[in-house]
Amino acid sequence: MRIGIVCPYTWDVPGGVQQHVRDLAEALFASGHEVSVIAPADDDAPLPPYVVSAGRAVPVPYNGSVARLSFGFLSAARVRRWIREGSFDVLHVHEPAAPSLGVLACWAADGPIVATFHASFERSRALSAAGPILQSAMEKITARIAVSEKARRTLVEHFGGDAVLIPNGVTTERYAMAEPLPGWPGDDCALGFLGRMDEQRKGLAVLLRAFEILGRERPGLRLLLAGPGDADEVRAKVSPELRDRVVNLGLVSEADKVRALHSVDVFVAPNTGGESFGIVLAEAMSAGAPILASDIEAFRRVLLEGRAGALFPVGDSGALAVAAAELLDDAPRRKQLSDEAKTAVRAYDWSTVARDVVRVYETVAGDTAVVETSAS
Amino acid sequence: MPEVLLNIALLAAVVVFLGVYVSWRATRIDRLHVRLETARAGLDAALVRRAAVALELAASRLLDPATSLLLAAAAHEARIADSDNREFAESDLSRALRAVVDQPDFRGTLTSRQDGAALLDDLDAAVRKVSYARSFYNNAVTATRAARRKLLPRVLPLSGRAPVPEFFEIDDAPPES
Repeated sequence: MRIGIVCPYTWDVPGGVQQHVRDLAEALFASGHEVSVIAPADDDAPLPPYVVSAGRAVPVPYNGSVARLSFGFLSAARVRRWIREGSFDVLHVHEPAAPSLGVLACWAADGPIVATFHASFERSRALSAAGPILQSAMEKITARIAVSEKARRTLVEHFGGDAVLIPNGVTTERYAMAEPLPGWPGDDCALGFLGRMDEQRKGLAVLLRAFEILGRERPGLRLLLAGPGDADEVRAKVSPELRDRVVNLGLVSEADKVRALHSVDVFVAPNTGGESFGIVLAEAMSAGAPILASDIEAFRRVLLEGRAGALFPVGDSGALAVAAAELLDDAPRRKQLSDEAKTAVRAYDWSTVARDVVRVYETVAGDTAVVETSAS
Repeated sequence: MPEVLLNIALLAAVVVFLGVYVSWRATRIDRLHVRLETARAGLDAALVRRAAVALELAASRLLDPATSLLLAAAAHEARIADSDNREFAESDLSRALRAVVDQPDFRGTLTSRQDGAALLDDLDAAVRKVSYARSFYNNAVTATRAARRKLLPRVLPLSGRAPVPEFFEIDDAPPES
C-alpha cells in the first residue's frame, strides 16, 4: 500500500507523537508498504529519506503550553502538493485536532483518511472553542484511532462518535540493551527522569521536591535528568548543597536516552496528568528500568496496577520520596519490577501494533480510489 | 472675655480648614478611583474586543484551518480566563496573534481576499487599543497608589473599602505592521 502519514509536530524535536510516527513508518516499511511522512522540520534538520518537510514550525501558545506548530497559507500549500504528488491509498493523519499539519491535510484531501488521536484532556477549552472550525475536517475522516482509553474518551467528549483503540507501540528491542553512561549509576544509587523540563504536567518539580528530602537522607544519591528545557531554571529549583548531585544532560540523542535509562536504579515518571499513554514509561519498561510512576490512570494501566512498576499518589513529593527510598533499599524488589516490566511491555511492541493499524487501512482503503486533493 | 472668643474663633477656623482639607483629599482620592474604574472598564472592553476580532478572523474562512484553530483557542482562553489567569491568557493571545500575523506574506494574502483587508484593519485597531487602554489603566493605578500612600489616607479611611489597585501586566506587543 502507499501510505501518506501526517505528523503535526516538528520532526527533530523529541515527542510522543513524533516517535509514534517514526516507529509506525518504520514498522510499515518492514512489512513492505510504501510510506511518505510530511512533518514540520527546520531547514537544516537531517531527515530520513521518507520524510518531507512542510517547513519550519513556529512556537506558539496552545492549550496551556508552548507548542511548535505548522500553520498558515504556506504550510497548507505544501501539504496540498504533497497529497497531490503522493497518490496515496490511505492518508493517515495524526492529531487532526491540533492547529497544525493534520487539520490542513484533512482540509486538503478527499479519499480514505485515517486519523489517530493521541492527546487526552480533562476538558479541553481549546477544543471546545474549535468545534465549528474542526467540524468539516472531522467529517472527512473515515476511520478514527485512539491511542488510549483516555484519548478515546477525550475524542468522544469533544466530537462525539467513537474510535477504535490501538495503543502506542514501542520498538522494545531498541531499548533492551545498552551500556550505562560512564560513571552511572555509581555505588550510591541514582534516580532518573526523562521528559520536557519546562512543562508542568511532566512533573519534574514534584521529583525535585522529593529529591530535596531524599538527597539529604542519602548523601551519595544522584539524580539524572534528560530532556529539553532550560537547565538554569532547573538548577535554580535545587538547593545549592544538592546541586552537584543533580546531573542534567539536556536534550539527548536516542542512543543516549537509552543509555540513560540503563544508568539509573529507579526511573521516576512524576507526571501530574495530561498523559494518555506515556511512551516514556514503555521505553523505560523495555530497558528494564525499575519504575516509580505517579498513579495516573494511563500509567496504572500500563504498569498492570503496580505489578510492573511502583505507583505513588499524583503530585505528592513526600510519598514519592518514601516510595523511592523503599525501592532504593530493596534490590530484589527492583529486579522483580524490572522483569515484570520487560514482560508486560511486549504487548506494546510495534510489530504487534502496526499489524492492527494496517488492518484499519485495509478496512477503509478502496480497491481503486486514491487520496486526492479536494476542490475547496 | 474677647480673648476667649478669639481663641474659639481661631479653633473653629482650624477645624473648618481641616475639614475642608480632608474632604478635598477625600474627593481627590474618590476622583482617582473613578478614573481607575473607568480605565479598567476601558481595558476590559479593549481586551474583549480584541478576543472578539480574533475569533471573528478565526471563523472567517479566510484562513487555513490550522491558523483558525490556533486563534480560536487563544481567544477563547483569553475570554474565559479567571482573574488569576487573565494576564497569562491575554499574553498568550498576543503571542498567538504575532505568530499568525507575522508569517511571511500573511498580510498580503489576507488583503487580497474579500473582507480580508477590513478584518485586518479591525484587528490592528483592536490590538493597538489594548496597549493604549493598558497604559492608561496602569497610569491610573500609579496615581491612585501614590495618593493612597500619603499619610492622611493611611490614617483616615478616605478610600473606603476599595482594595489597593493592581497593575495589569501583559505582553501586548503588536504584530509587525
